[in-house]
Amino acid sequence: MEIYLPIADLPVNVFLLFAMGIAVGFISGMFGIGGGFLMTPLLIFVGISPAVAVASVASHIAASSFSGVIAYWRRRALDFALASMLLIGGILGTMTGVWLFSILRTVGQLDLTIGLSYLTLLSAVGSMMIVEGLRAIARARSGKPADIRRPGSHTWIHGLPIKVRFKQSKIYVSVIPLWVIGFGIGFIGAIMGIGGGFLLVPALIYLMRVPTGVVIGTSMILTLVTMAGATVMHAGTNHLVDVVLALILMVGGVIGAQFGARAGQKIRGEQLRLLLGILVLLVGLRFAFDLVLQPDELFSLRPIEGRL
Amino acid sequence: MRFWRLTGFAAALAALAAAAPAHAERLVVSLSAHRVLINSSFTGAEPVLFGVIERDAASAARRGGYDVVVTVTGPRQEVVTRQKQRVLGVWVNARSRTFSDAPAYLAVLSNRSLAAIARADTLQRLQIGAARTPMASDAADDPATDAFRAAFLRLNREHGLYREEANAITFLTPELFRAAIELPANAPIGNYEVDVKLFADGALLARQTSAIEIVKVGFEQFIASAAREHGLAYGLATATLALLTGWAGAVVFRRD
Repeated sequence: MEIYLPIADLPVNVFLLFAMGIAVGFISGMFGIGGGFLMTPLLIFVGISPAVAVASVASHIAASSFSGVIAYWRRRALDFALASMLLIGGILGTMTGVWLFSILRTVGQLDLTIGLSYLTLLSAVGSMMIVEGLRAIARARSGKPADIRRPGSHTWIHGLPIKVRFKQSKIYVSVIPLWVIGFGIGFIGAIMGIGGGFLLVPALIYLMRVPTGVVIGTSMILTLVTMAGATVMHAGTNHLVDVVLALILMVGGVIGAQFGARAGQKIRGEQLRLLLGILVLLVGLRFAFDLVLQPDELFSLRPIEGRL
Repeated sequence: MRFWRLTGFAAALAALAAAAPAHAERLVVSLSAHRVLINSSFTGAEPVLFGVIERDAASAARRGGYDVVVTVTGPRQEVVTRQKQRVLGVWVNARSRTFSDAPAYLAVLSNRSLAAIARADTLQRLQIGAARTPMASDAADDPATDAFRAAFLRLNREHGLYREEANAITFLTPELFRAAIELPANAPIGNYEVDVKLFADGALLARQTSAIEIVKVGFEQFIASAAREHGLAYGLATATLALLTGWAGAVVFRRD
């Protein structure tokens, strides 16, 4: 069944979009991530312009992360104080990201920037995850316990000023790195159409020593607010959010996530991380091919808006 | 669709009956639809144009028969054409050219090849054909050899927005013809001029114009105009929708 997307301005198959929503939702539920880094590229590969894809996926991620926040809130596995510190940076980062997005779009380098950002970020993070996953599996085989949190090992991050005690997370850290991390996640989220959970969770665990119990729920609060904010800002400045597209993806995503979460509980953590790493790296490499191989078509057209 | 074709045909015949006397050939044209509506199931449309060539006693005999060229021109728009170049191993949009009043849609329909209908200088003077349609650009170029202009026309042809069809007009009788104007799903909204030209022996005899309007209707219209005119409210509504969907998901699939 073909449906005409009013903003993307092209007809697409509803069932294809719905299936993509479910598939990405399944993966996101399985790994506890937003899934934007898969959804945005998929939309680009089916022919939706990168700009519309990035702007519309933001609302899809907002929906799935809100589902997650509610689930974690029921278990009281959230640290609102920590989340609010991340949000100060996150909102600023999103605003800066949307602003840069508009500029890049005007000068015609948005698609390239999206491609390059995906390539660098996903290859780097994917490789790190694979290495980490393999090490963890090796550790598990040899019988040694995993050491994620070493209380004694303080880095320069812990020497920064403006320290605050976060009771829920049981940490005493400076808010400066929290603002910086929040800003970074909000910024790349707005440009790339990703929630950034797969970056934020390791950053909070390894850099800030946030306990694993509250980290996912807390990171989802940041994702929720930055992505809802990005939706509003992209709609307000670039007029690129396709609500029909977003709604189909959201519904598919929310359903898929439930089944993914169940499947995720049956696979061991290390193997899960290895799988996710491989997936991330593959998406990154797909962008590398597009950038490096000579395109079939060297020319592209873009109507300038407001002159119709 | 068949219904529209029949009514268009009937309208053309009615127009023929009511036509005023003239001294040479006269063209009477009628479209099956003047408005094309884009709704959620829009996958393109094909309004049909009917035309009658009116002769009177003063009309000379045309041994070579008549030729008809229909040019459909969509709304004018400013378009940037960009060319990718390899920079440090990566393909990057490098050079660009802006065409400031290019038609968003252009169909040149005829009953046989344009070259067979009139000489090149006649076609050039009447601006018939995509390559002969004037389009101002931000750089001095030779329309015949410019790579950007060639790429612009080629890409629009590939997208189905520029079409030149030498067999799209059918003569039902020597003086009655029909042309199907194929509007693809990606045809932009706006006013489309329909310009019908009658030729015989390489000379322009008569000319007649009409128009088609493509409009978004219902839900699509509402969404598109809301996104453009009330961006912030539209964004807030979309974000609220996202929260509602997320909340519904959490409630429906509650596991504990």
